[in-house]
Amino acid sequence: MTVLVQPMPWLRTAAFSLALRAGVDVEPDSKSGLSGLTCEMVQRGAGRHSSRDLVSIQDNLGMDRSSGVSTSTSNFGASMPAESLKEALALYAEIVLNPHLPENQLEDAKMMSLQEIRANQDEPTHRVMQRLRQLHYGNVLGRSTHGTEDGISEIKQEDVRCFFETNYHAGGSILAVAGNIEADQVFSWAENFFGQWQTKSLSEMASASGKSRYEHIKSGSSQTHIGFAFETIPYGHPDYFRMRAGIGILSDGMSSRLFDRVREQQGLCYTVTASCHSLKQHAGVFGYAGTTPERAQQTLDVTLNEINGMTEDLSESELERWKIRIQSLLIMEQESSASRASSLASDFYQVGRPITTEELESAIESLTTEQVRSYWQNHPPSDYRIVTLGPDPLNTPIDPISTPVQ
Amino acid sequence: MPVFRETTLSNGLRIAAEIDSRGYSAAFGYFVRAGSRNETDQQSGLSHFLEHMMFKGTARRSAADVNRELDELGGQGNAYTTEEQTVYYATVLPKFQDRLLDLLTDMLTPSLSTDEFETERKVILEEIAKYEDQPPFGAFERSMEIQFSPRGLGRRVLGTTESIQEMTAARMREYFLTMYRPENLVLAASGNIDFDSMVEQVETLTADWSQRQATGTDPVSCDATNSLPPGISLEPKLTIPEISQSYLVRISSGPSEASGDRYAARVLASILGDEGGSRMFWDLIDTGRAEVATIWPHEFTDCGAWFTYLVCDPADAPSNRDQIDRILSDVVQNGVTEEELNQTLNKASAGIIMQSERPSNRLFGLGSRWLTKGEYLSTDERLEKIKRVTTGDVANAAKNYFQNASHIEVVASGD
Repeated sequence: MTVLVQPMPWLRTAAFSLALRAGVDVEPDSKSGLSGLTCEMVQRGAGRHSSRDLVSIQDNLGMDRSSGVSTSTSNFGASMPAESLKEALALYAEIVLNPHLPENQLEDAKMMSLQEIRANQDEPTHRVMQRLRQLHYGNVLGRSTHGTEDGISEIKQEDVRCFFETNYHAGGSILAVAGNIEADQVFSWAENFFGQWQTKSLSEMASASGKSRYEHIKSGSSQTHIGFAFETIPYGHPDYFRMRAGIGILSDGMSSRLFDRVREQQGLCYTVTASCHSLKQHAGVFGYAGTTPERAQQTLDVTLNEINGMTEDLSESELERWKIRIQSLLIMEQESSASRASSLASDFYQVGRPITTEELESAIESLTTEQVRSYWQNHPPSDYRIVTLGPDPLNTPIDPISTPVQ
Repeated sequence: MPVFRETTLSNGLRIAAEIDSRGYSAAFGYFVRAGSRNETDQQSGLSHFLEHMMFKGTARRSAADVNRELDELGGQGNAYTTEEQTVYYATVLPKFQDRLLDLLTDMLTPSLSTDEFETERKVILEEIAKYEDQPPFGAFERSMEIQFSPRGLGRRVLGTTESIQEMTAARMREYFLTMYRPENLVLAASGNIDFDSMVEQVETLTADWSQRQATGTDPVSCDATNSLPPGISLEPKLTIPEISQSYLVRISSGPSEASGDRYAARVLASILGDEGGSRMFWDLIDTGRAEVATIWPHEFTDCGAWFTYLVCDPADAPSNRDQIDRILSDVVQNGVTEEELNQTLNKASAGIIMQSERPSNRLFGLGSRWLTKGEYLSTDERLEKIKRVTTGDVANAAKNYFQNASHIEVVASGD
């Protein structure tokens, strides 16, 4: 297990972020939802503590906690008054090392998962973006982090036990801590609480298998919900910020091109965005726009046109605005231990080493418009994946006859 | 420790600031006493529409200039409208204080051009359509309309498709001149602020605000109270084809911002409905019987409401609702335990401390309280008020609000 510590002595709080290599990418095909279910089950009692004891201790320590799974990791985190950190780490070591995995609560936990899946079905934006993710990354890396109704129904107690034993171990795991704490103190606590944790081998990462494709989900919704994606480079790639700056110019802030040209100047929609998403070796730009059906075609056309033509009138001032925005965010991150702990863990997972705020600032400061332009000219968006939900399908630049996603 | 300072400018605009010179950032916000409850049928949605129009240009800046400058300052900013207030805010690095204040203050004297009005009307209609597609599909608005009537506090913040389609730029200009008079506004700031410089700058920038006065050229007619406003229904059942879950919103009378038992009510809500360890959580969420089961008080200036929110499979809704009723009658009968109270107070205290670390988080309580009550509460005073709550206070609040309380229920579900 890697332990990363960032002392922030000006704060009253501390936060940790614990990432294990137990994401949905290592679920068996027929048991989609197993990673999330295991993440829920480990928190239903551990060590000397029942499920209710755990919550009561966490509340009394003043922990604002979160947990969940992503494509490649299961994550546990919390922020709290700094003096609670030692006990909090001890408690989470129990949770990930010695959970009870109570069989008599499995059905309750499965019901919880089903509730989430059904609720997501009622969110058109979620449906569109989840389907888009699947088209983009393929069936393994594009799996839903919530699972499927069929997958959840298949899961038995031994599946949870087996997933836990195979994937909850020190190998590849990251504990990042930030806040009003001393590094040596945290290292010694980590050694005490997690020192005995076994390291097991990691499964090989799956490859992305998405393809360009257009899908329409028919619905009587008030708006047509449009999702689009294309391939890009992941965080940690030497050219990453050249690409990311382009997305920033398109979509970060109220003067960004999509907000200004699609919403402000034409009033085509309320929401229009594009953002980058990185897995370890794959990545995508994912975008969304929601608009009433009669204006959906125009919204899609205008939005893709803005993206495809990003380099045509790229200006120095747009890049400068984006730089100030990111620099301000980085400085303000110093006000939040939770935000810093989470960045430390995700940077380490992606890049294999911690990235300091200064290193990020200098990488962004040194970017030139020429670099951004040349990256985007050499790597124009292509092979779009598009999903729409609404009364009628739209015309897209993609050949409607395409092969099924593998 | 942060220092509180306040002043009133010669035009009547009030300024309140919580200054902490150690902060990395500075947050600023204009709080306007203009919300949907101030509107008539013909003005329905205007407070929120105006909020959008503040970003659409001034005498000195085009719409694009406003958005561009906000981004040039790295400002993490935006605006929102409620039933009682409209708020414009941004957080920046302290070195940008003067430029941000110049921008925010200028934005509050908008051009309200007819062209921009027409474009933005489309955006608002899209915003209404967006929320029609999202859970709980208008159930909160409907519960407010029935509880408080669709005129007054139950008036929809976004307005209705009908009211926005009928809106005119002239009516908006009149509304602006009526509501955005300096005595109806507060400028709040928190974090690493230069207070004296802020006061001096804003005094100059807002010198002519006292001249704002409605012209009377576009008089608004009185509401015809014998019929519902256009686009409004008071039917408590919403049928939304295609949805799989049932969304139940219950509303009943609750504490106002002035009620003595509002802190006890918040503690009560936490014990009953908090995510991750409350009575409703253990009975309904942990067991997988519901996706959401929670309760909270919403305080307005002169009254309040308790909201109960249940999301589950339609077939389970009746039994889950019965379980919620049992939880409520149990707390009325037996109160809460010392252990529950202590756990909640520890959690709440830590929450207040953590939340207060960012100036941007402190801004909203500061500005809103100064606008409505002319009152300031430091983080330590807030902690003190929460910590003083006893099991007796919580039991009394439970009796006061849940014993024989009448309520209204709105349900959104599929065919």
